[in-house]
Amino acid sequence: MSTIAARPESALMPKRHYANVKHSVASWLLTTDHKRIAILYLISITVFFAVGGFFASMIRLELLTPKGDLFDGDTYNKMFTLHGIIMIFFFLIPSIPAVLGNFLIPLMVGAKDLAFPKINLLSWYLYIIGGLLAVWALVKGGVDTGWTFYTPYSSTYAKTEVFLAVSAAFIAGFSSILTGLNFIVTIHKMRAPGLTWFRLPLFVWAHYATSLIQILGTPVVAITLVLVGVERIWGKGIFDPSLGGDPVLFQHLFWFYSHPAVYIMILPGMGVISEVITCFSRKRIFGYEFIAFSSLAIAIVGFLVWGHHMFVSTQSTYAGMVFSFLTFLVAVPSAIKVFNWTATLYKGEITFEAPMLYAFGFIGLFTIGGLTGLFLGAMATDIHFHDTYFVVAHFHYVMVGGMVMGFMCGLHFWWPKMTGRMYPATIASIAAIIVFIGFNLTFFPQFILGYLGMPRRYHEYAAEFQVLNVMSTAGASILGVGYAIPGFYFMWSLFFGPAAGPNPWGAKGLEWQTQSPPTTFNFDEGQPIVVEEAYAYSIGGSESVS
Amino acid sequence: MAQHVVPPSTYVKVFGGLTILMILTVVMAFFNLGVLNPVVALTIAILKALLIVLFFMNVKYSSKLTMIFVACGFFWLLIMFFLIMPDYISREWLTPAIPW
Amino acid sequence: MSHSSDSLVAHHFEDIEQQNESAVLGMWLFLGQEIMFFGGLFAVYLVYRFKYPDAWAAGSTDLDITLGTFNTVVLLVSSLTMAMGVWSAQTGRQKSLIRYLLATLVLGSTFLVVKFFEYKHKWDYHHVPGPSFSFQSEHFPNAAESNVQLFYTLYFIMTGMHALHMVIGAGLLIWLIVLAWKGKFGPHNFMKVELTGFYWHFVDIVWVFLFPLLYLINRHH
Ligand code: HEM
Ligand SMILES: [Cu+2]
Repeated sequence: MSTIAARPESALMPKRHYANVKHSVASWLLTTDHKRIAILYLISITVFFAVGGFFASMIRLELLTPKGDLFDGDTYNKMFTLHGIIMIFFFLIPSIPAVLGNFLIPLMVGAKDLAFPKINLLSWYLYIIGGLLAVWALVKGGVDTGWTFYTPYSSTYAKTEVFLAVSAAFIAGFSSILTGLNFIVTIHKMRAPGLTWFRLPLFVWAHYATSLIQILGTPVVAITLVLVGVERIWGKGIFDPSLGGDPVLFQHLFWFYSHPAVYIMILPGMGVISEVITCFSRKRIFGYEFIAFSSLAIAIVGFLVWGHHMFVSTQSTYAGMVFSFLTFLVAVPSAIKVFNWTATLYKGEITFEAPMLYAFGFIGLFTIGGLTGLFLGAMATDIHFHDTYFVVAHFHYVMVGGMVMGFMCGLHFWWPKMTGRMYPATIASIAAIIVFIGFNLTFFPQFILGYLGMPRRYHEYAAEFQVLNVMSTAGASILGVGYAIPGFYFMWSLFFGPAAGPNPWGAKGLEWQTQSPPTTFNFDEGQPIVVEEAYAYSIGGSESVS
Repeated sequence: MAQHVVPPSTYVKVFGGLTILMILTVVMAFFNLGVLNPVVALTIAILKALLIVLFFMNVKYSSKLTMIFVACGFFWLLIMFFLIMPDYISREWLTPAIPW
Repeated sequence: MSHSSDSLVAHHFEDIEQQNESAVLGMWLFLGQEIMFFGGLFAVYLVYRFKYPDAWAAGSTDLDITLGTFNTVVLLVSSLTMAMGVWSAQTGRQKSLIRYLLATLVLGSTFLVVKFFEYKHKWDYHHVPGPSFSFQSEHFPNAAESNVQLFYTLYFIMTGMHALHMVIGAGLLIWLIVLAWKGKFGPHNFMKVELTGFYWHFVDIVWVFLFPLLYLINRHH
């Protein structure tokens, strides 16, 4: 695997940078530097990823055999609920935006910081408070409603720590809202001179769209969770059938947020891929405007399709038909992106660094995930697939195959920028391949299982499903190894990695024009002035770059 | 934002408008207008909200961007209403012959 | 005032314009968030009013229209005083700024006190949802008691959420009054007043919708 020549062998670590200006713990916990806050997030989401991963392995262990021999049903219910809540609210939603977005958006727009640095810190604290509540719920006995908190089970019948879990998600929601708010204001008001909208990196566009969803969607789930909490405490409430309340109304309100939220969990990944694909094919992006606007289109149309989660409920068939139609529409902008990335690769000078391997993984796996979404979006097929492992496989293809791949991709791409140091390239590429193999072995069998009719959320299953489940569990252990390896070499690189220099990949974009790691105020020579479009790489009709 | 200072006279006029609308909404509620009652009540409420947003909250004198975001907020609310209601309106259209 | 407007600019902004514009945009995004937050409740309201029109009418006619109207007036006046407060800050009138902020605070508190008595009244008459809830309506025989209880549940949640926002607003006003007392505001530095004003007006708007939707259904009976 060839390394790109742009990294001078002699690069030295800069003397002063954001991470070493001060060393006290307080200087980290009270920092308003977006880069330090990003690191705080990185550490905290990694912890939650490990906790969520622990529950995932428990689930897979239980499902190794058809009998419920490891846990009883109640314990199993808690396992998958905590897995879902932690992975979604405390890992995936903050993953790329709060870590990479936080670190990079000010750099990419040429600003000294986000518009509201203190609010940025506040949102980290809200996240931590929410996280601690979730951990408390876990320690006090767990939750068993599923991450979707469906009423009336959650509001009336569940005997577990629903209130704590709901509060945890509520508070984490405000962390997410404030992050989105900060991004939008920053992107509008703090761009460097010359950085017009159509010169912005697509990573920034993707985060803009994500932030819109965070601001307009999250409050709805917040108030919905309040309603569930109130109903539990008060004993009477909005979704209570004995008062004539409609539990399905909860689903409407929940999915009004949670379907758009799945785009919070994919758009930032798409943003990362646009950066990485162009860099490692040395080519300007194909159809910049299409990708930029498709992000907005996804954010907007994404709000119109939530009823596809409710085909198999009392939702009216007619409403279902409308939602089904709209669901097919939302696949269009997603497909546009995939086509454009592929076209970008065409005739590029492609190299296969670790970030690029993850990007390839993303494109393939997201495509499978998105296409199977259409199977589910068609009412007739969904009646068969709903609440089977087919759905589980679908959303893991988009969330793990898409977003987690995107996160790993971005982390490997910008790690030199964040830490100033390189990681061992070959091991990283091997890890990426292991992740890809492990992922497919884990989740592809689940498509077949669901197709054959294995329902989700049970700790036992019919004996005929065992072979595929064993494959899945085996895959999960490979996947676990694949995720663990980067943990080791990233730690290694922090201390022993060779210095990266400002721009080890020869990439375009303002973040690469300042030292790695950057100083506290990012651009010591003053605010940069932008004179060229994004992705002015050598291939693809670029005029300006030599 | 070019700092636009709205004179007190405007504020007082707006307040006058709001008071009149408020009296109107209470009075109208005592007439039987059938289905028009909620329509009238909501129209008046929207007018009041507009007055407050445009003048008390300065939107009339602020940038296009602000206006777009304000409109967006209310528009998204309408999306929610317009996509939830069809379900409730049409649920009974297809009642199964055998009651469950 | 001695300090130039330069010292008011935080390190990461280029100039005061950029800082103020960012603050205004940020506040509006926050309010957009608030719209959707209350919007969830209004959606619930819409669905159930559509499903149970009689129960809604029955519950509504039993609310105290006099107190409701009174509180509406109180909030409208408080919006006026708040707007005047912003104007005082913009034009450097320190004394009148403090006076208007105080007036707003007093009006807001009045609203909350009246609300408290309304709640208490509901409690005395067993109109608070729960085991002891009871409700008879002469005008609306079709209104099932359980559905009226649903109305009251929603009434308490919606007005309660609104009241909570008022309490937060009152807290902000106290903070502003302290700052104003210290002479922190002037023609170049009134963003905090203006943005709190936005928030206060927004809470007023929520009430502008709550009032007819909760108090004014089928009053002609
Ligand atoms: C191409 C666009 C997509 C379409 C058409 C689509 C369609 C669907 C449909 C119809 C369902 C409901 C299945 C059922 O419960 O019967 C579903 C479930 C789900 N989808 Fe997608 N999807 C798409 C993309 C995504 C993305 C990008 C993500 C996340 C990053 C995602 C995450 C989920 C999750 C988490 C669920 C299951 C929720 C649950 O019941 O626990 N989807 N999808
Ligand atoms: Cu969905």
